[in-house]
Amino acid sequence: MLRYSLKRALSLTISLAIASLVIFAVIEIAPGDPASFMLGVNAQPDTLAALRTELGLDQSKAERYVSWVTGMLRGDFGTSYTYRTPVSQMIADRLWVSLPLALYALALSTAIALPAGIYAAARRGKPGDLAVMGATQLGVAVPNFWFAMMLVLIFAINLRWFNAGGFAGWDKGLVAGLHSLTLPAIALALPQAAILARVMRSALLDILGEDFMRTARAKGLTRRQALWRHGLRNALIPVLTIIGLQFSFLLAGSIIIEQVFYLPGLGRLVFQAISARDLIVVESVVMLLVFAVITVNFLVDLAYAAVDPRLRSRT
Amino acid sequence: MSLLQITDLSLSIHAYEILKRVNLTIAPGEIVAVTGESGSGKSMTALAVMQLLPGGARASGSIQLDGQEILTLPEAQMCALRGAAVGMVFQEPMTALNPVKTIGDQVMETILIHEAMTPDRAEERAREVLTRVGLPPDRFPLSRYPHELSGGQRQRVVIAMAIALRPKLLIADEPTTALDVTTQAQILDLLKGLVQEYGMGMLMITHDLAVVADMADHITVMRHGEVVEAAPTQRLLTGMSHPYTRMLFAASDHRVTLPAPPPPAPLLKVSDVVRDYALPRTRLFARPGHHRAVDHVSFTLNRGERLGLVGESGCGKSTLTRAILGLEPVQSGEIRLAGQPVFDGKRANPEIRRRMQVVFQDPYGSFNPRHRVDRLVTEPFHLLDTPPTGSERSDRIAEMLTAVGLSPDDAGKYIHEFSGGQRQRIAIARALIIRPQLILFDEAVSALDVSVRAQILDLLAQLCSEYDLTYLFISHDLSVVRTITDRVLVMQSGRIVEQGDTEQVFSDPAHPYTRALIAAAPQLPETGARQA
Amino acid sequence: MSRNLILGAGLSSLVVLAALLSFVWTPYDYAALNIPAKLQTPNGQHWFGTDHFGRDMFSMIMVGARTSIAVALLAVGIGMSLGVPLGLTAAARKGSWLDELIMRGNDLVFAFPSLVIAILITAVFGAGAVNAIIAIGIFNIPVFARITRGAALSLWEREFILAARVAGKGAARISAEHILPNVANLLIVQGTIQFSLGILAEAGLSYVGLGAQPPTPSWGRMLADAQTMVSFAPHLALIPGLAIILTVLGLNLMGDGLRDWLDPRLRVART
Repeated sequence: MLRYSLKRALSLTISLAIASLVIFAVIEIAPGDPASFMLGVNAQPDTLAALRTELGLDQSKAERYVSWVTGMLRGDFGTSYTYRTPVSQMIADRLWVSLPLALYALALSTAIALPAGIYAAARRGKPGDLAVMGATQLGVAVPNFWFAMMLVLIFAINLRWFNAGGFAGWDKGLVAGLHSLTLPAIALALPQAAILARVMRSALLDILGEDFMRTARAKGLTRRQALWRHGLRNALIPVLTIIGLQFSFLLAGSIIIEQVFYLPGLGRLVFQAISARDLIVVESVVMLLVFAVITVNFLVDLAYAAVDPRLRSRT
Repeated sequence: MSLLQITDLSLSIHAYEILKRVNLTIAPGEIVAVTGESGSGKSMTALAVMQLLPGGARASGSIQLDGQEILTLPEAQMCALRGAAVGMVFQEPMTALNPVKTIGDQVMETILIHEAMTPDRAEERAREVLTRVGLPPDRFPLSRYPHELSGGQRQRVVIAMAIALRPKLLIADEPTTALDVTTQAQILDLLKGLVQEYGMGMLMITHDLAVVADMADHITVMRHGEVVEAAPTQRLLTGMSHPYTRMLFAASDHRVTLPAPPPPAPLLKVSDVVRDYALPRTRLFARPGHHRAVDHVSFTLNRGERLGLVGESGCGKSTLTRAILGLEPVQSGEIRLAGQPVFDGKRANPEIRRRMQVVFQDPYGSFNPRHRVDRLVTEPFHLLDTPPTGSERSDRIAEMLTAVGLSPDDAGKYIHEFSGGQRQRIAIARALIIRPQLILFDEAVSALDVSVRAQILDLLAQLCSEYDLTYLFISHDLSVVRTITDRVLVMQSGRIVEQGDTEQVFSDPAHPYTRALIAAAPQLPETGARQA
Repeated sequence: MSRNLILGAGLSSLVVLAALLSFVWTPYDYAALNIPAKLQTPNGQHWFGTDHFGRDMFSMIMVGARTSIAVALLAVGIGMSLGVPLGLTAAARKGSWLDELIMRGNDLVFAFPSLVIAILITAVFGAGAVNAIIAIGIFNIPVFARITRGAALSLWEREFILAARVAGKGAARISAEHILPNVANLLIVQGTIQFSLGILAEAGLSYVGLGAQPPTPSWGRMLADAQTMVSFAPHLALIPGLAIILTVLGLNLMGDGLRDWLDPRLRVART
């Protein structure tokens, strides 16, 4: 188990290193000089040079890469070209919106999808199954940002249960914060829940065809007991993969959903940065997103080993 | 009173009739075997008793267990019967256990689901049962997972689960088909002992007539969902009344006559061959270990000779086959065909490759489902510098298809239009079409029903006379190797432990392993069937 | 053929036909402003109503279908043409450093969701439909590589591949002659699914301004424009949304239907 975890951790580190190189390289291709962009066309050469030194732009590419990476390891993401404030501070503020939103949506999606998938699998071919499958077929086809607009139309504009947008802030209390994230989380979660429910159902149905499920029934377990005691844990293996993948979709999706609800999250930050050509902010946000995805995949790998004893002993 | 009484059981799944008015009785302490070829409905009979039939199944007639009608029993009461009054053992021990639960948990589950007791007491019972089936907890702790056990050991766990509550009836569906002969003998002994000790009735489903004759008190022969003959074992063996039964027994012990081999002249020389596989690293910085699949093997195969290679699964016979075919490199030693090395530096030698062909075991996986027969059988033409074209090509295809007992018109068909036996004929045609000097038969008749197997063996004998075949016949089935080869090699753990003339080796085995193999293989008793 | 397949193929071809037709005919010029006729709800003249500039929504939906289909189709093309050869190669050289390299590369690309790639590209080169195609296409590569490798690996274990090797055929030839035709069905089904995901992704990217730029109409941007008016002109949001849903639904139903129809196991059972 320890060796398996170490091996996964090593591959996590390598992935992060390569990802950072790729991101750095892409941003390097960007035409134009951030310093002259910030100061405008009429800048004095010596002010320009001073700013370039301040931003570290006079260093070689390798030096800048190393200082960027080592900076991030210390939590220093550099200074925003446009706002002249530390990027880490800007990101931290926004992360307190985006990360809870993604986690909230992930929790909702899992809480809805797993029972729905199990329910449908247990009633395969019956009306209950067909209803769940029909709903998921529709859910998969709905763009989440459009769904978000419809939620706003119904629950904020017509029913006035929620605000149409904006974020109350965590300093107003957990409930107020969650309240303003509820519609965005639902909009993010339901389309993903539709996918997850389908995966849960088909994973369980695959397991139901396995020999050991027949053995379980031959022992005298009822269909339901066999499903819960023997089916579920085996079916979790593919489901975990999808939950891991969904986290990255949710995080990316939250960037779009923030636009619908005018939430001050990473999405807003990154789009402002793009239009202001504040590349250091874009670079850091992208690296952070990729870091989150890779780390979640690492956690999923560890969860596999917890579920499947064959992984623990083999490697 | 009988323990199990099946009367006029008919079964259909959707529109297909699976069983037609089947009758069967089992008394306490009695072993009743149901036998027949694939599609006979023997397994469905067993599943009907358990009421674990696939969806869409409808049964009529009567199944009485201890006087209680099962067909009309509500599911809840059926659950109470399964595992407690009736236990079941399945064919595939590798997949019959839940991979993510320990063997102790799985055995305890049978006990706990039917009897209220503390987990400690159930664990105690699980220990007793596992000890009884030959897995004492001091050597096989209850915390083991299925993947840490061998096939035979897993089958013992399945048996332990089935007998934990001392059921009145044990159903065993092909319990040893997936196991090696020596393991098979041990499992059969275990089952026999349990039946005697517990006074259970046992319903044994198997296609293997030698096992049937050895184990059963009573035999029921089925075909296409019908019972064709049923009688006490002795009476059935001595006086088979139905022609199908006679055919089945005759085919199980089918003998062919091979033409005499020419005087020895070496064709294939295998000298001191070693093949290692790297094992996954056990520690991060330690050198990975290796598994020696083939361990200093040497033998010679003469022109015109039919050589057998027997051994149990994992003995290295498949690896050796691949090495001879030039599909895998060897670590040391040399394989030469007609004096030239099979492996030429880093690649297979094309000169040599065109002199060898192979027939595999699986009649269903051996062909690309998207190609027609003409394209399938001519694939080896790729080895020739100038492959025949036009009418020459179609003539060769027609000749080969005729030689293996098919029609030249079959060239335009797809492979799914053929039965398993016909596919094996096509595989032989494919191997023969470039007239190789050597053919390897890798378990080529192992997946076939006995009657089809007999026909393919006849075909081989006939081809031996017509085409002067030289072949290496790799099989785990001793009775087949005995009749279809002149000489035999016995392989154990990567080594050839014995070789010699087939009759000599079988009648007077020298090596203890050969003796164990032959002793473990169930023998068909002499019956009146052979003359039929 | 199942109901799913017929319904799915019907919906999908409807959208494709609308997109093709838009090259030669639309009810109105999709770009023509007509302020007096703005914000009409669907009626006899304007079947889907008009937007805040009085542009005909039906014409815009037709031309928007063009954008969606072109982006999704090209993205699937990128994914397939690079992913399938990579997957075939990895499977043919299973366990080698090449296999390892391809699979690790796949994992790495999976860590960059399409939106993140689009953000990067836009930050560097500016926004446009080509960005959307590249971003979605790159993300499709590992999808196809993985599914091809998985299916090919199990085929490589089959005896007919061994027979081909005994017949002296090399890995490249076997991949082309035996493996590819046998994974083609799977790829067609996956292609349909990626196509529908591509439509969704394109809509999302153009909604946040990372996709097709004005004046090219696209469903996602129509929704972005509609957002501020949703309280008094909900049809501006409803209609492009329904267009996306029906297209994606149609493609998914077609994928499911194709899977059942092409699966040889199911077909053997049926005959």
